[in-house]
Amino acid sequence: MSPDKKTLVKMYETMSRIRLFETKLQEFFAAGRIPGFVHLYIGEEAVATGACAGLTTADKITSTHRGHGHLIAKGGDLKLMMAEIFGRKTGYCKGKGGSMHIADFDLGILGANGIVGGGGPLALGSALASKYEKADTVTICFFGDGASNQGTTQEALNMASAWKLPLVFVNENNGYGISCPQCKSMAVTDIADRAAAYDMPGVVVDGNDVLAVFEAVTEAVKRARRGEGPSLVECKTYRWRGHFEGDACTYRCDEELKEWMAKDPIPRMEEKLLEGGVLKKKDVEAIRARIEQEIKDAVEFAEGSPQPSPSELLEDVYA
Amino acid sequence: MSKKTYLQALNEALRQEMERDEKVFIIGEDVGQFGGCFGVTQGLYDKFGKERVMDTPITESAIVGTAAGAAASGLRPVAELMFVDFIGVALDQLFNQAAKMRFMFGGKAKVPMTLRMPQGAGIGAAAQHSQSLEAWFMHIPGLKVVIPSTPYDAKGLLISAIRDDNPVVFLEHKLLYGVEGEVPDESYTIELGKADVKREGTDVTIVATSLMVHTALAAAEKLAAEGISAEVVDPRCLQPLDKASILASVQKTHALVIAHEAVGFAGPGAEIAAMVAEEGLEFLDAPIRRVAAPFCPVPFSPPLEQAYIPGADDIVKAVKDIR
Repeated sequence: MSPDKKTLVKMYETMSRIRLFETKLQEFFAAGRIPGFVHLYIGEEAVATGACAGLTTADKITSTHRGHGHLIAKGGDLKLMMAEIFGRKTGYCKGKGGSMHIADFDLGILGANGIVGGGGPLALGSALASKYEKADTVTICFFGDGASNQGTTQEALNMASAWKLPLVFVNENNGYGISCPQCKSMAVTDIADRAAAYDMPGVVVDGNDVLAVFEAVTEAVKRARRGEGPSLVECKTYRWRGHFEGDACTYRCDEELKEWMAKDPIPRMEEKLLEGGVLKKKDVEAIRARIEQEIKDAVEFAEGSPQPSPSELLEDVYA
Repeated sequence: MSKKTYLQALNEALRQEMERDEKVFIIGEDVGQFGGCFGVTQGLYDKFGKERVMDTPITESAIVGTAAGAAASGLRPVAELMFVDFIGVALDQLFNQAAKMRFMFGGKAKVPMTLRMPQGAGIGAAAQHSQSLEAWFMHIPGLKVVIPSTPYDAKGLLISAIRDDNPVVFLEHKLLYGVEGEVPDESYTIELGKADVKREGTDVTIVATSLMVHTALAAAEKLAAEGISAEVVDPRCLQPLDKASILASVQKTHALVIAHEAVGFAGPGAEIAAMVAEEGLEFLDAPIRRVAAPFCPVPFSPPLEQAYIPGADDIVKAVKDIR
C-alpha cells in the first residue's frame, strides 16, 4: 500500500514543519525568551507524522509532555501554539496551559499531558465515546517507553482489548525516560512484545522511516475502524535533545546521538521524493521557505500578543 | 411522593436521568447484573443493557480516566468506585486530568462526569474501606463535592450532579443507604451549593454533613431536653460551599459547632471554621468547636470503631462547653 503523491509531500512538509518549529523553540529557550519548560520532539518527527497522516480530522489523539510534534501533525495552528508556549492570552489555552497542555478539540487533539501515562485512560474514554455514539472514529494514544511501564498504560491496554475499543497505541520508544535507559527500566527489549499479553497485534517499526510508521499505524487504524479492536505499534526512534531543554544529557554519549542523527527521518524522506521524481530541488527549497515564513508569522503573532491579565485567573475553573 | 431509602432514591435518580438523556451511562466494577457492591445500580442493567451499564475490570484509574475522556468527548458518565478509599489508585485521573482539563485548555473542554463513591465507618470494614475523604476533593479547584444526608437530598443532588457540566465527586455514607425518607416520585433537582437547615434553633449552630447530620439531630433532641435550642445546618455540598447560609445561622445563634466524621485535623471543618472566623467573628460569643474523628486510621475492633466515630454525646458536650 503506497500513499499518493499528495500524502507523501504532505508528510515531508509536516516533518519539516515540526523540525523547524521545534528548532526555533530551542533557540528561543536558550535565549531565555520562553517561560517554563519545553520538551522538544526533534528527531522523532516521523512518528507523529506517519501516525497522523492516516487519520481524519474527526479521529482523535491523546498526546504527551513531548506533544508539539503530535499537535502539528494533527493540524494544529502554529500561531496559536506559539502564542500558548509564550504564555500569551491569544494562545490555544489563553496562556493557562502552556507547552504541556495544548489542546484543540476541533481537530481531535484531546490534549498534551504533563503526567507520564496520563493519556491512556483518557484515550479509553475517547474510544469508548466513538463506540457508544456509533461513530467510526478512532483514537490514537501516543505514549513513550517510560510511560509503557506506568500502571495506567497497562490498564488502558487491558481494557481497550477486553472491550475491543477503536484505539491504536502508538509507542514512541526513544530509549530513555529522563536519564534511565530502557534496558534498565524493563526486562523486555521490544515494547511491542507486551501486546500479546493483551491479545492484540503488536509490531515494531523503524520510527525514523515515516512511510513504515504510516503503513503500520494506518493498518492498525483500519483494523480499529472495522471494529476489530486495538493494536500496539512500537516506533523505535531517538530524541536529539535532552528530556527537557536545559538537560545536560550526561547519561548519553555523543556516538549514540551521531548514530541516530545519521538516520534523520527528514533527509531520508527527501531523498526518496527526489529520487522518485515526486519533488524537485526547487520544490524542496520552496517548501522550506514557506514553512520558515509560517513560523516567522507565528512568532510575530505570539510576540505581538498581550499577556493574560490576573483578572482572568479564576475564569474557566468551572463550566 | 413516597417513602424510599437513600439507596432507592439514588437508583431512581440514575434511572430517570438515563431515561431522559441517552448520553448518560454508568461505569464501574460489578455495577451491571450484580447491581453494584451496595446495590445502588440494581435493575439498571436489565433496563438499559450492557451498552449503558458497563462492568469494568478492577482498574480504578481506567474507570476514572475513561469517564473523564468520555465526558470530554461529549458523553455524561456516572462512574462508581466501590469505596472512596480506592480513589488513591486513580487519583491522577481525577485531580490532574478531570479537574484541570477545562482550565488548562483555556475553557475549551468540559468534563461533565459524576464520580460516586461510598464513604464512612461503622460496619467493621477497617482502615482501607472506611474513610471520609471529602477534604481532599474540596481542596482541588475544578471539582465539585456533593455529600447528601437524606434520601430526598440524595435524589435531587444526584440528578443535579449528572446535569452539571463539571466533574462532581458524589459521596454517600454507607450507613445512609438504608435510611428512609419521603422522596418525590418525579424527577427534580436541588441546586448544587445550597445548604439546608435541617432543624431550626436559636442557641447554637451545628454544621454537620452526611451521617453526622443524623447524629447532630439526635444531639439537638438531647440538648432541647436541657433547654438548649440547636440549629442544624447541612451544607449538602462542600464545593461550592454555601457560606451565606452558615454565616446567617451563626449570626442568629452566636455559637458554632462543626461535626463531621472525617478526621478533624485539616478536615472539612477546618475550612468552615476558618471561614466563619474570618467573615463572621463579630457574630460569635464563643470559640468555634469541631467534633470529628481522631487522628488515626479507622480501627477494626467494634469498641474501637465506636470510640472513633463521633457520637451525639460528643456533640452535646461540645455545645455545652461553649454555651
